[in-house]
Amino acid sequence: MTETHDIGTTPAGTVWEGAVGRTWDVVIRPASPWWRLDLKEIWRYRDLLSMLIYRDLTALYKQTILGPVWVLVQPLLTSIMFAVIFGLMARMSLAGYPPLLFYMAAVVPWSFFSVVVTKTAATLTTNAPLMTKVYFPRLIPPLSTLGSSAFTFLVQLALFFVFALFYRVSGFLCLGTRLGIALVASVGVIGNGLALGAGLLVAALTTKYRDLAFVIGFAVQLLMYMSPVIFPLAKVQEGSKLRIVVEANPLTPVIEGFRGSLLGSEMHWSTLWYPAIVSAVLIVLGLALFKRVERSFADVV
Amino acid sequence: MSAPNDIVMRAEGVGKRYRLGVTDRRQFIDEFKAFTYKLRGKADPTRSLDAMGSQRIGEDFWALRDVSFEVRHGEVLGIIGRNGAGKSTLLKLLSRITQPTEGVISMRGKVSSLLEVGTGFHPELSGRDNIYLNGAILGMRKTEVDAKLNDIISFSGIEHHIDTPVKRYSSGMRVRLGFAVAAHLEPEVLIVDEVLSVGDADFQRKSMGKMKDSANSGRTVLFVSHNMTAMRSLCSRVIWLENGRVRMQGPTEEVVAAYLGNNSSSATEKTWGEEDAPGSEVGRLRHVRVAPASGGELFLWEDAIDVEITFEKLVDEPVYLVIWVYNSDNMEIVNTNIRESLSEADTLISGTHVAVCQFPSHLFNSGDLILSIGMAHNGRMSFKLDNVVSFTVVEPPRTGTWHGRRQGMLQLQLPWKVR
Repeated sequence: MTETHDIGTTPAGTVWEGAVGRTWDVVIRPASPWWRLDLKEIWRYRDLLSMLIYRDLTALYKQTILGPVWVLVQPLLTSIMFAVIFGLMARMSLAGYPPLLFYMAAVVPWSFFSVVVTKTAATLTTNAPLMTKVYFPRLIPPLSTLGSSAFTFLVQLALFFVFALFYRVSGFLCLGTRLGIALVASVGVIGNGLALGAGLLVAALTTKYRDLAFVIGFAVQLLMYMSPVIFPLAKVQEGSKLRIVVEANPLTPVIEGFRGSLLGSEMHWSTLWYPAIVSAVLIVLGLALFKRVERSFADVV
Repeated sequence: MSAPNDIVMRAEGVGKRYRLGVTDRRQFIDEFKAFTYKLRGKADPTRSLDAMGSQRIGEDFWALRDVSFEVRHGEVLGIIGRNGAGKSTLLKLLSRITQPTEGVISMRGKVSSLLEVGTGFHPELSGRDNIYLNGAILGMRKTEVDAKLNDIISFSGIEHHIDTPVKRYSSGMRVRLGFAVAAHLEPEVLIVDEVLSVGDADFQRKSMGKMKDSANSGRTVLFVSHNMTAMRSLCSRVIWLENGRVRMQGPTEEVVAAYLGNNSSSATEKTWGEEDAPGSEVGRLRHVRVAPASGGELFLWEDAIDVEITFEKLVDEPVYLVIWVYNSDNMEIVNTNIRESLSEADTLISGTHVAVCQFPSHLFNSGDLILSIGMAHNGRMSFKLDNVVSFTVVEPPRTGTWHGRRQGMLQLQLPWKVR
């Protein structure tokens, strides 16, 4: 059997029945349509996902004195800061809730959102050295961000409940536990969708317009002031310009809903339609664009 | 014919195009303009004209074109070619880092590449954690890493520091750890790119052994290297890429010989006419040729090397021809001038002369060598012409287990005695 081949062509006379016996595991073609998410591929790399989550959670607080305690200290300090500045100094009326609880109930989901958005938006840049050398599903790093942030979020939520017990305020008990959980879950899903969708969208666009990397920090900050993190929505005058802006923010019902279910105030399910639709659109758009740039990403960077 | 089922990788008409010059970082307003014009069915005004009109090749650059080959199970396939021939692009396509512009690549089983060892190490995590992380990045399951952890640690040779954060490692230790993980991947197709150049000699031997084991245990290996010695002893078949196309593929010896022959004949001779002869008022060069004294095609290590210079001497005073030898890193290895063996009287008369300088056999280490030639007059350099001719010294096939490139600029054959 000789192996001498013609120059530049496939060997003459070789018939490719080989593929019949056992199908190819991987077929690389110039382009695959954007809606093909390859969930199977992501599942195959689930160990990488869990390793990256582990890395995010452990490496962040290495060589700090407080270590993982920072996870609890951060939202607590922010909430105390807000409580002092807006609650005590600006004497903002908080519908009778203890300022610390009022702010914590919004700061915890808000920081979840902002971390996921900013980190996802930078995912292609921060992982560029990796992505130009090894193949893995490019959605893995954003998903790992989501995972590690979700873990942090749950820990911080637990801290909230400790404080809630202390203040004897519990929305879950007031609303009925089942309803509370359903509300928190649906609000969480919508919030995640918004964060991931917006993050992916920005990540994809950042490869083309680096400006966005700078804009995103301001945008997230602005979004916070446009959402009822530091004030209750009810305090914004109905029909005012500020009210319109705040209500246009899809995060507003999410934050309100979350705080409502934790603190036990009235909550209208119908308000969730708007952020749910926005989140779905962002996810589809974000995934499509992300998929588009990930193909040529290694060549551009 | 062997059973076709053993084909583990197949590339059909694979091509990869890069855009040259187009930075793809237009301002947003351009993007918007392009979009609105497109809506109205007009030509994009922000595009340069020749890109749409005439097919100007300068805009597009095909790093790979029409590349087709197949790899059989258990084969060790070598890929050679000069820098820029498309080797790295091909590897990037095969390891799925980037996607082809045209063609289809089909693969069976797990394909892992060692494009860079230690990819994704996190400095804050311990060596042990990084084994898991790196393994996962390279596509290993956690249970796989669990099973091989002890082997990996002992292969890396850094057992004592395995729980130390990687940021405290020396770069050598990092490479060892990275390679140790990569060596335990056990994919069906392993892609290796010049990895042999990392680490010290002892570690190279280990890695080489591991690669041979892989090949012997029926694993398929794609091996890219400039090291023809390793190529010859490891690969059964070689693909030679040139300018993004497959120039030749076939049995290793045939392709490697053709490649070396082609490469070394490229710039061994230079001739100048009456008009363009380089030089100065004391003399000019007309013809330079470098060739093995044996008259063969290749500059083998055991050959003496003749440098033949035809020059015009324009003055009736002593003029000294000088030859400098540089390696590919532009390091000067040696220089020699005509007065070393000829008397002043021999170089006195003007006119056209032919000088031959012979470098002895067993002198230069394998690699590319570049000659500069100049003339000195009255104790100062009158001119020096760089990069006149070049040639590649080839080392004969080596026996033994070590195939790394020998360091050093010279490779002498010195008399040894044992008492």
